[in-house]
Amino acid sequence: MKYTEEHEWLRIEGDSVVVGITEHAAEQLGDVVFVELPEIEAVVAKGDEVCVIESVKAASDILAPVDGEITEVNEALTDNPGLVNEDPQGDAWFFKMKLDDLSVLDDLMTEDEYKDFLG
Amino acid sequence: MSDTLRRTPLYDLHTELGGKIVPFAGYAMPVQYPMGVMGEHTHTRSHAGLFDVSHMGQVILRGPDAALALERLVPVDVAGLAEGRQRYAMFTNDKGGILDDLMVANRGDHLFLVVNAACKAADIAHMRAHLPELEVREITDRALLALQGPGAEAALNALLPGVADMRFMDVATFDWQGHALWVSRSGYTGEDGYEISVPDAQATAFARALLAQPDVAPIGLGARDSLRLEAGLCLYGHDITEMTSPVMAGLQWAIQKARRAGGAREGGFPGAERILQELADGPLAIRVGLRPEGRAPMREGTVLWDAPEGGRNLGGVTSGGFGPSIGAPIAMGYIPTTSAQPGTRLWGEVRGKRLPVTVCDLPFRPSTYKR
Repeated sequence: MKYTEEHEWLRIEGDSVVVGITEHAAEQLGDVVFVELPEIEAVVAKGDEVCVIESVKAASDILAPVDGEITEVNEALTDNPGLVNEDPQGDAWFFKMKLDDLSVLDDLMTEDEYKDFLG
Repeated sequence: MSDTLRRTPLYDLHTELGGKIVPFAGYAMPVQYPMGVMGEHTHTRSHAGLFDVSHMGQVILRGPDAALALERLVPVDVAGLAEGRQRYAMFTNDKGGILDDLMVANRGDHLFLVVNAACKAADIAHMRAHLPELEVREITDRALLALQGPGAEAALNALLPGVADMRFMDVATFDWQGHALWVSRSGYTGEDGYEISVPDAQATAFARALLAQPDVAPIGLGARDSLRLEAGLCLYGHDITEMTSPVMAGLQWAIQKARRAGGAREGGFPGAERILQELADGPLAIRVGLRPEGRAPMREGTVLWDAPEGGRNLGGVTSGGFGPSIGAPIAMGYIPTTSAQPGTRLWGEVRGKRLPVTVCDLPFRPSTYKR
């Protein structure tokens, strides 16, 4: 698993990554009531807003953690946004993306580094 | 957290209970506790929620004919308010806009007002300037708590026997361990419940005594907002402002007969000309309920259109979010009266996309006041 400073996790599967938000992020957001997922086959650049996630309190974005193409989205979140609070690091993955260059993942944090980052 | 934020007497209790503290109207206030906004909301609807609203202004007005004097600033029948009763009111400006909304209680030899935290300094200056014959005293040594929900009556009656006999909008003084608590049967959630003014020194002990009751949990500002939104209640600075009149806001029920055309004390408040004219002819725009058809919340500032593309910009959302007891997004906003028929379909622009939304009656959830 790799982590970003925007509190996303990335699980590597072959030439793709599965992306979700960390437990810490889910806790900070509070009860999630709406998720808008990206379009499949969308080509995105690192830092692009790819998902909208709204809690009872506020709206926020999920940014593309790296460059790549969206290959799959987790439709279960559309019907059950609360899954993000129940299982943020498991069933509540947001999207899968295919990367041209897996080496960009080396720049991201390991689990220990992310824990240090949270302090 | 900034050192300049003021703290209520319950601040230490909030942090002890795990409250997440945020700045609100110059105060450090709990936005939520570990239960979370959704849980706190539903707990209040099913059991009882305890809110710290000590940031709000508590003001005593005293003097000869204080009620008649206050009528110079509000379009409300204050003189006809019986002793031991409370009424909703608003300060209006010369253009008929709303300077603040408030509660006024007749406590015998004085009036007791509760005003919004963000407006209290301006409200007090306004009253001192326009009611020079009255003593305007801000109460700065009392906390204000709200206990709301179906379990509120039993929980409060256990500590203050007799509150169960109060009706909605009654006010009375009760003794608790030798201290006078000023109680009203009212609130800001649509639920039955009470608001209780407690001396600062007793506030934490009294809050703990309430929290020790089986049904009572602490509730933060997050759930306070979603509860009042479902109840269709206005938030000052958002749903009502200096630009909105009481009639536009759908608050004409708060303007009693005595202050209307043909009434015993017709007009005589700031903006009377416009407000009486709107009562007669209807306002050009009104506050409506809005139900987004999808799951995406339409927050404050969402622009409303009369067509999925092109068309006219009709107005905007003034409060919006998710209604935990509705299980769907809900919102309120202003649109022209001609487009305000319940069932009218509009489009709200969310992140560049126009999403369908239906005009509906308010409130989203009927109130459960003990009338």
